[in-house]
Amino acid sequence: MRANLLFDSVTLTGRSLRHITRSPDTIVTTAIIPIAFLLMFVYVFGGAIRAGSQPYVSYLLPGIMVITIAYGISYVGFRLFLDRQSGIFLRLHSMPIARSAVLWAHVTTSLVTNLAAVAVVVVVALLMGFRSGAGVLAWVEVVGILTLLTLALTWIAVIAGLAAKSADGVGGFAYPLVFLPFVSSAFVPTRTMPGPVRAFAENQPVTSIVNAIRDLLTQRPVGSDVWIALAWCMGTLAVSFTVAVRLYRRQIA
Amino acid sequence: MEVDPAARSAIQVQGLEKAYKDVRVLTGVDIDVAQGTIFALLGSNGAGKTTIVNILSTLLRPDAGRATVNGFDVVEQAARVRESISLTGQFSAIDEILTGRENLMLIARLRHLDGPGRIADQLLARFSLSEAAARRVATYSGGMRRRLDIAMSLIGDPPIILLDEPTAGLDPQGRIDVWQTVKELSRHGTTVLLTTQYLEEAEHLADRIGILHGGRIVVDGTLAELKRRLPPARIEYVERQPTLEEVFLATIGDGPDGAPAGAARN
Repeated sequence: MRANLLFDSVTLTGRSLRHITRSPDTIVTTAIIPIAFLLMFVYVFGGAIRAGSQPYVSYLLPGIMVITIAYGISYVGFRLFLDRQSGIFLRLHSMPIARSAVLWAHVTTSLVTNLAAVAVVVVVALLMGFRSGAGVLAWVEVVGILTLLTLALTWIAVIAGLAAKSADGVGGFAYPLVFLPFVSSAFVPTRTMPGPVRAFAENQPVTSIVNAIRDLLTQRPVGSDVWIALAWCMGTLAVSFTVAVRLYRRQIA
Repeated sequence: MEVDPAARSAIQVQGLEKAYKDVRVLTGVDIDVAQGTIFALLGSNGAGKTTIVNILSTLLRPDAGRATVNGFDVVEQAARVRESISLTGQFSAIDEILTGRENLMLIARLRHLDGPGRIADQLLARFSLSEAAARRVATYSGGMRRRLDIAMSLIGDPPIILLDEPTAGLDPQGRIDVWQTVKELSRHGTTVLLTTQYLEEAEHLADRIGILHGGRIVVDGTLAELKRRLPPARIEYVERQPTLEEVFLATIGDGPDGAPAGAARN
């Protein structure tokens, strides 16, 4: 009956993954908005956007990956909030389990579902003409960056799920995250933007994350962008994790 | 189980205090529950019953006073306390999306027990839920949920069970099922602390009753002791009409002394 963080996390992750397989629509709805963006920007605006020699869908995909994750993590906050509302939270915390397993299960589930949603988006992009000659190593690096980004944003969602007083409040925090990519190099090159906007765009995390992924997928040498991207992700992760764990400790006495 | 007056206390509470901001909910609660007995904490809404249960189940820290469960301090040895208890809270602690069987298996796995499937099947049979085992809990009735909730609390045979208003919102048949389960637990040596706002429930189940009022236990004793404190009984002759509950039970064909569906069937 000893508490065991790994074992208990696996058990509880099994539970929340079963929630996903019982209603796979959460993966579909996570992917549907980014796919709509993909279709609209490629087939409506794309013809008027000059983004280099590659097809616009290839230029756009890295930014859409980021939007997919920014959108998908709000479900974590929501599921955590529902657990808090029901008696399950209390039962789990009165049992001899590793208490933080309750959070880790939601985080792991978020990782699985968001990467699955990104995979769905990539398949759609392939159908739309996205091609990449990137090797296995480059793809591994892309998945690594996306994993780190998902973790960083998921822990922000955990804070929202723990702090929210109502279900409506849980989703609200994700909107700024979804809109950040619009003022970045995700849709158009930043050099076309006027001074202050360009300065903001070039110094916010989405641009470096998007540029790093784009360079990896187009087999260009990755510059300093990848390190800046990793620093942003690690920094955000460290802060959001610390705040979430503090909040959680305070809530469960 | 014999109630031995010298038996070790399963739950001991001394001078317990708890306030939420400015509202002093508990102002010095003393409780002593002997092993293997049923203790009913009786009080109106907002009297602080749930606060006591939450402190005993290590979900809440007391501001002052001391509480030990199974000999372990709820603050200092919280992990050992959690190994000794099971909580059935006021709001059902079941996963709506999972099936009844999956809910039971989840708890068995979290308690690191062998054969979670077998444990689940035994409890499903014992609580007359076998037929609904593979259905999502969202389709269960209130009584079925409560039975499942209690069944989940029994996994791992914890020596002490805390039940917070176990019969709230149940129909008469559901309530009788819960009562039978609680009595059966006690017969097997489990200590039960339950909260209720129904005098009748405390009277029916409890070895000892504590009345919580104004933040402290104002009266504590066996039913006979409590009755002795009341004004002496007068004999009156009153024509006794059947209660609505008796009408209900007679109509659906199950009496309190019959063989009710549910926990008592085996």
